[in-house]
Amino acid sequence: MKTTSSESSVSAVNASRRHFIVGSASIASGGLALGLSASWSDRADAQAAPNVASVAAGDTEVTAWVVVKPDDSCVIRIARSEMGQGTRTGLAQLVTEELECDWAKVSTEYPSPGQSFARKRVWGEMSTGGSRGIRISEDYVRRGAAATRIMLVQAAADGWKVPASELSVSKGIITHTASGRTTSYGKVAMAASKLTPPDPKSITLKNPRDWKVAGKAMRRIDTKSKLNGSLIYAADLHFPGMLCAAIKACPVHGGKLVSFDGAKTAGMRGVKGAVRVNEGTVAVLADTWWRAKTALEKLPVVWDEGEYAKASSATIAASLRAGLEETGGQYAGRVEGDALKAIAGAAKKVEATYSTPFLAHACMEPMGCTVRYTPERAEAWVPTQNGEASHTALSESSGLPLDKCEIYKMDLGGGFGRRGGQQDYVQQATAIAKQFPGTHIKLLWSREEDQGHDFYRPISMAKMTAGLDDKGDLVGMQIRISGQSINAWVNPLAIKEGKDERQVQGFWAQPHDAQWGYTVPNLRIEYAMRNTHVPVGPWRGVNTNQNGVYSECFMDECAKAAGKDPLEFRRAIMKNHPKHLAVLNAAAEKFDWNKPLAPGRHKGIAQFMGYASYSAAAAEVSVSPKGEIKVHRMAFALNSGHVVNPDQVAAQIEGSVAFALSAMFYSEVTVENGRMKELNFDTYRLLKLAEMPKVETVLVPTFDFWGGVGEPTICVVGPAVLNAVFAATGKPIRNLPLKNEGYTFA
Amino acid sequence: MVKLDINGQVHALDVDPETPLLWVLRDKLGMMGTKYGCGIAQCGACTVYMDGVPVRSCSIPASAMQKAKITTIEGLSADVSHPVQKAWLELDVPQCGYCQSGQIMAAAALLKEKPTPTDKDIDEAMTNICRCGTYQRVRAAIHLAAKMRVASAGDWPQTDQHRDAPVVQVSSSVVTR
Repeated sequence: MKTTSSESSVSAVNASRRHFIVGSASIASGGLALGLSASWSDRADAQAAPNVASVAAGDTEVTAWVVVKPDDSCVIRIARSEMGQGTRTGLAQLVTEELECDWAKVSTEYPSPGQSFARKRVWGEMSTGGSRGIRISEDYVRRGAAATRIMLVQAAADGWKVPASELSVSKGIITHTASGRTTSYGKVAMAASKLTPPDPKSITLKNPRDWKVAGKAMRRIDTKSKLNGSLIYAADLHFPGMLCAAIKACPVHGGKLVSFDGAKTAGMRGVKGAVRVNEGTVAVLADTWWRAKTALEKLPVVWDEGEYAKASSATIAASLRAGLEETGGQYAGRVEGDALKAIAGAAKKVEATYSTPFLAHACMEPMGCTVRYTPERAEAWVPTQNGEASHTALSESSGLPLDKCEIYKMDLGGGFGRRGGQQDYVQQATAIAKQFPGTHIKLLWSREEDQGHDFYRPISMAKMTAGLDDKGDLVGMQIRISGQSINAWVNPLAIKEGKDERQVQGFWAQPHDAQWGYTVPNLRIEYAMRNTHVPVGPWRGVNTNQNGVYSECFMDECAKAAGKDPLEFRRAIMKNHPKHLAVLNAAAEKFDWNKPLAPGRHKGIAQFMGYASYSAAAAEVSVSPKGEIKVHRMAFALNSGHVVNPDQVAAQIEGSVAFALSAMFYSEVTVENGRMKELNFDTYRLLKLAEMPKVETVLVPTFDFWGGVGEPTICVVGPAVLNAVFAATGKPIRNLPLKNEGYTFA
Repeated sequence: MVKLDINGQVHALDVDPETPLLWVLRDKLGMMGTKYGCGIAQCGACTVYMDGVPVRSCSIPASAMQKAKITTIEGLSADVSHPVQKAWLELDVPQCGYCQSGQIMAAAALLKEKPTPTDKDIDEAMTNICRCGTYQRVRAAIHLAAKMRVASAGDWPQTDQHRDAPVVQVSSSVVTR
């Protein structure tokens, strides 16, 4: 088999990591810690290999972004995290494009947060959330790559004593056509590294329409190790003498740990002990995680469940409903004209109230990380969406300054917003490790802990009211959202007078990010903050998810009241938003909206904007008389401005369908006696393959902005399907998930 | 002492007999390709074969496996030469990859039983959860693996750095009307 890019990258990465281990005294990589099977030692190198930028003997770091090897292969530094979304491959494509190196000889590595700190953030920020991995860094990454190319070419020109302008470069081979001479990146790298880099602002980047590697459906460079079980996730790490920790926080959020009786589990095989982690959490440590978990289940624990022990989904719903009806105190985000008067005087009034539940991220790899603490230094191996946030958490929890802390970034077994700003699992593991100086502590949460102590998608409701004139045109709309605020959980002091634009994401007036694509003559958009004791945070798509449902399902209710086709009803109020409209039209065309469907089939459509990209979707469903829903196919259009890898964009859109349909059909986390009730996948059902519709995608980039990809399409999946169900049954869907509304799924 | 035949190698292991096979593989043998996802046989990330039949190793005590031949992802093929792995590579199925050992084990078992499975066969056999949502490609890759096997009788076509026919259409300009 021909050597693919993915194969060469895997072997190159392993080789460079091994080299680093040899040179690193702090990481012992011996294998037979537990005196067990030889397979441990087979894997020891990879297990202990820390993810840091490294330069092996004979290799040259030309710039911070690129290391060139003597064989002309290039190691590209990737500052953002890879959690499945393909950012590693996309950034490598962008660098390759400007560097003019050979894609077949490209591999990647993560610079560590400690290295970034020591080098004054030469790689920029590391945060990988908000669909920003590529769109926020593409400019300086491409300039860094172009600067590297300019230096390599200049070094060749200097060697030949000819002007650099007479040289050309392709796939890492530099040619002076006039004299017929050639050289390669590997040969000039050392000389190039001694040159002064050009001013990034002076560099003219390629026109994306001329891209040869970027913009193309290149294979991912990190697939092969995911096919044979060889990719090491944080949960798979093993160190000699390591202790495994199983953890339990007070089931009621905000509750306290009063006491625990470690004597009851002390004699259990392999158990090292039970420890207090923080004021609300206890852990058991053992030689294996299974033993730690088994002992934790037998550990007598006394909790002070605190003031929220009686909270329930019913009390929370009552609070949110009050927010829908209150006459003062809410934040009016958009007030254009007089919506209340226009609706009161309208020929027809349409009104609907919607509700959406708390949702858990349910990353397939539960939360966890490994920490080793000594009074001089702290190290952590972390699956993190934000290496710098992990670094800060390690420093604060260990009490050691940043330059005495290091984070080794691990590829994530799913992120979806859970492992970014919130570094609770790093804080916990560090608190444990401080009690066992010098010992590696591997913390792994059980699925039940992961479900019970998430930062959930906030619960919310919306009351939507509209007025139609006698021609069926919208004259006014009032949108009242009531629910919990993410920003208020993260930083309550930053919230003044209930003002929180984030909770009305997708309804914004300002362009370029999450602009509402409709023009309604009289508009009032309000947010009534109703916080609970349940932690909330960003969940793939964040507030565009529920707001997209509210906007787009209500549009269909208005269209029906107006007696109009849902697509035509939307088009009439989108003339001021040509990009939104173009994407809606592209989805309709891909779906073949005007073509009659087979008997028993029904269709729905939706458009919404988030993360600086324009999304639209159409769905074809059937609903049996018994309420059994089958989603047959979906068509998507996305304008993300530019497309770095069309196949990976398609993969993200496909993934967004599964993520969103899980939420539409099945998923909710409810509250009973202050604690979360759905603690594993038997009760927190997720979509399975049989329920996945056929997904078709058309990408319609306009090449005039940079939008995100990982999140934007989630918010149109649900409403397109819900609107198709509405078309099938005549009954609008207003409360999620659908399983609570008497529907089942085929 | 529990005796286990794993990937053709017999191990005599000093483990608590009730320890689920998953944790013997991971904690005791360092075979980390088999993953923990839920612990209650719901997600399939821990799928291994018991005498060729896919089972969820998180919910089977090691002591109950002593008479079985166990196969893990490491035993399927370490060099990614199994037809299912090749098809997975061809279509870039994995995203985060965490569930993919289980998906691949389930798919390989299906193809062994039914060399040219229908969509319905795939629906019924593939009950593993993928949170990234790779299902469309899982389905396509199973069909591809079946097709490749029929077409080349074990001789696999070479893969290139990028697909000639990407699965998605890119319009050069926005469709307008």
